[in-house]
Amino acid sequence: MEHVRAFFAAERGDDGKAVGTSLARSDALGHVTGQTQFYADRQFPGMLHLKMVRSPHDHARIRSIDTSEAEKLPGVVRVITHKDVPANVYTILRLIQVEPNDEPVLAEDKVRFKGEQIVAILAESEAIAREAVAKVKVDYEVLPAVFDVEEALEPGAPLVNEYHGNNYFTYEGHHCRRVRHGNVEKGFAEADHVIEERYQSSPIEHAPVETTGCIVVPEANGRLTCYSNTQALFFTLDNAGLILNVPFQKLRLIGGTVGGGFGGKVDVITEPVAMLAAMLTGRPVKYAYSREEEMQVSSPRAAERIYIKDGVMNDGRIVARQVRLYVDAGAYSRHSPYGTTKASAHMPGPYTIPNVSVDAHCVYTNRTPSSAMRGFGVTIGDFALEVQMDKLARLVGMDPIAFRIRNAYRDGDMKAHGELTKGAALVETMQAAAQLAGWPLSAEDTAASSMKAGG
Amino acid sequence: MAKARGRGVAAVNYPTGMNLGGDPSQALVHATTTGNFVVSLSSTDLGQGLKTVMTQICAEAIGVPPEMVIIDTADTDTGPHCMGTFASRGTHRIGNAIIMAAKEARKVLMDVAADELEVSADDLETDGKGAIHVKGVPSRSIPVFEVALAAHFKHGKTVSGRGIFMQTRSFPDPETGKMVPATTYAHACTIAEVEVDTETGEVEVLSLKSAYEVGHALNPKMVEQQIVGGAWMGMSHALYETTEPYYPDRAHGPLDFNEYLMPGPGDVPAMEGVILERPSQDGPFGAKGVGEMTANSPIPAIANAIFDAVGIRVDSLPITPEKVLRGILAQAASPQPAE
Amino acid sequence: MAKLPLIFTVNGTEQAEFVDGDALLVDVLRDKLGMTGTRVGCGQGTCGACTILIDGAPALSCLTLAVSANGKDVTTVEGLAMGGTLHALQTAFADGFATQCGFCTSGMLVAAKALLDRNPDPDRDAVVDAISGNICRCTGYEPIINAILAAAADLRSAKSA
Repeated sequence: MEHVRAFFAAERGDDGKAVGTSLARSDALGHVTGQTQFYADRQFPGMLHLKMVRSPHDHARIRSIDTSEAEKLPGVVRVITHKDVPANVYTILRLIQVEPNDEPVLAEDKVRFKGEQIVAILAESEAIAREAVAKVKVDYEVLPAVFDVEEALEPGAPLVNEYHGNNYFTYEGHHCRRVRHGNVEKGFAEADHVIEERYQSSPIEHAPVETTGCIVVPEANGRLTCYSNTQALFFTLDNAGLILNVPFQKLRLIGGTVGGGFGGKVDVITEPVAMLAAMLTGRPVKYAYSREEEMQVSSPRAAERIYIKDGVMNDGRIVARQVRLYVDAGAYSRHSPYGTTKASAHMPGPYTIPNVSVDAHCVYTNRTPSSAMRGFGVTIGDFALEVQMDKLARLVGMDPIAFRIRNAYRDGDMKAHGELTKGAALVETMQAAAQLAGWPLSAEDTAASSMKAGG
Repeated sequence: MAKARGRGVAAVNYPTGMNLGGDPSQALVHATTTGNFVVSLSSTDLGQGLKTVMTQICAEAIGVPPEMVIIDTADTDTGPHCMGTFASRGTHRIGNAIIMAAKEARKVLMDVAADELEVSADDLETDGKGAIHVKGVPSRSIPVFEVALAAHFKHGKTVSGRGIFMQTRSFPDPETGKMVPATTYAHACTIAEVEVDTETGEVEVLSLKSAYEVGHALNPKMVEQQIVGGAWMGMSHALYETTEPYYPDRAHGPLDFNEYLMPGPGDVPAMEGVILERPSQDGPFGAKGVGEMTANSPIPAIANAIFDAVGIRVDSLPITPEKVLRGILAQAASPQPAE
Repeated sequence: MAKLPLIFTVNGTEQAEFVDGDALLVDVLRDKLGMTGTRVGCGQGTCGACTILIDGAPALSCLTLAVSANGKDVTTVEGLAMGGTLHALQTAFADGFATQCGFCTSGMLVAAKALLDRNPDPDRDAVVDAISGNICRCTGYEPIINAILAAAADLRSAKSA
């Protein structure tokens, strides 16, 4: 790929010796010979297979759990329920003070999404474990469920998550993350045109070719070694330590080579239960998602609903942008409170708009909890923003790139979240793309620069 | 059968690192007795090539060739804390931690070399090929191999260093949202060309032409891997993927790759790209994170190209043939003026 | 359940094991023979990560009963290199930056080998067809297609040299 060196040349130093070169990947030979070692490529004699009993209902109270038939099956070594979990409630982000803890490790009195884990079966083989899963009898009282983010916020909607008391994450007393910059109502009043549009995405799965999983080995000295494809070893270690209520030095995480992550291996769901199982059985335990589980039980990218209301002048300046954004967190927080804040920080896009208001809601519904995915908090926002920019450009009769150059942020511009713009390069990036695609730009737009104010 | 072509554009930026900061990573660097440098991390390579780019960063920071660098990751017993690989933070946070550790190790290396050559450390430079020589006098040199041996066995010094990088955590104001999300942002602009079959609603992406501003491409081919792979994933998001095809109804959720649709090798568009570099003020050798951004600009570019082709807006993802066809049929039934 | 004998050739070496009647070939290769280069991505036959060759033809080892390989010649990714020299495909993938996480790579290489063994001069469509049963989530396929075409060209020129 060509480097267009003309842009920002004055800001670049000399090329390095080791950086700036396409050094051969250190893992390529391992990959092409099949020698690269992923977590599951290890053998442990006596290893048990963990399969999970999962809720078939979107929302239900658990009246009783009967594991007696499952336990009788030859080859079943142990059955684990919520009673066995030392600290059965957690939030993945509590280590960075995101509270309240709102997710059970194993469901106790309620299930809040279809696929939620309830009982772990440990058996000598996968086949036996699966058979035993089918023999566990759970008595449910099915409850009304809510699936739409705006319906979930209406009074009288089924309450998804009692830990929050309502169907949204509370941001320091507010029902949403807020950004306020200038006065959007004034901006709309002054605008030549005002439009409001609605954008919607549905959940998207990471679908790495390697599914999420781990193998935990109890060591002779009482420690646990966990071979995992987690994207964050210490996240995993620390959360597991809190759930298991063991001294942290007892746990060791080994990993670092992952068959695709894309944000789908940061939830720390398999490791704590597998570690508990290893502790209780004294044997190595493997807990890996099947592809079906990876598809529907592992967290997806959140569906988002985004309303963007813009006030625009005939000369192309956007003077006000009001964004109402709903992140469908599913049944539990996971990383969504963080992702929703990130989504609000990304607004109004890389454009300088004098009046901006953002209300970003993190909403609970009865579906698989969503979580981080490549472009977390930004990907769907960019879809909405850039389709909106196209609509606005056509509304005022401007070329879509010219319209963006008119509004693009420049160094020194104030952003909606109160930071000054620096290192801007949107203008030049658009110029380079236009050049590549043969998209004609005016002389003025060709001369525009991120480093001087313009229009 | 009619096919309509259209072109659309999207321009985006993307922050490097965990939103609001507070995501540290540490690195430890030590030289073996024979002058190889081991970088101890607890960081994860997801396939983006973290192990390779960290090799390059350490090699550059110490001044030795990459083959003298060994990356040791990941074991929480031996590697210091790393927040994790996500949020396009790897190269930036871990790279900076390695540079800090490498600088400390390099200082000891140069001090020992100065002692061995009987000059001042300020008069020396690394040649990037495995030797240290007096500036301007390349013949007065000593291999790093010898310096490491001397450090360990003669001088009793550890050629090692410690590093950490953290963007200070920012806390948003609850009323105004005033916050510092990130200190550095990359940019991308994609122009998509599509062809829409007006009888089936199927969209073929003919080409994606893009520019990416990445701060500094530390390994250009690996940046290209993110660009090509990311663009494919973006196209996949735009036109194919969902775990809930009837969202918010959960019916018919796919359970395998037959039902979870993604473009195959026969569906990949022609791709062209160029790279720009406006160095990051606080990135390792000016680099910015790029792993996530590359999936983002193609999505709205494709949506806008579809509108350009057939005058239909599909404001929900994925933009399936059914949605496009419904739009085309609705428009034929009651034509709306184009926007 | 009584175990059944499995005698077959893997990468040119005869192997003999006793396996369960319902044992999958991929599990026997990985767990009994320790050849973990063949990956398990789905267990449903839709991702291609487990692709191996049985008597030269691509097969999904996650859907193949191990006992059905009795008397057959199985090739896995571990058998591509000859006496320490990489196959042209392996070199082309490495040089062409056609691997990222590496999890699909084994299956891709084996599927590509089957193609080049039967068609030394494939066009792009033939390559696409040959790997259409192999999912890659990282690379966007283009580098893989190019690497296979490059390897084919390499092999042709080596042959004519």
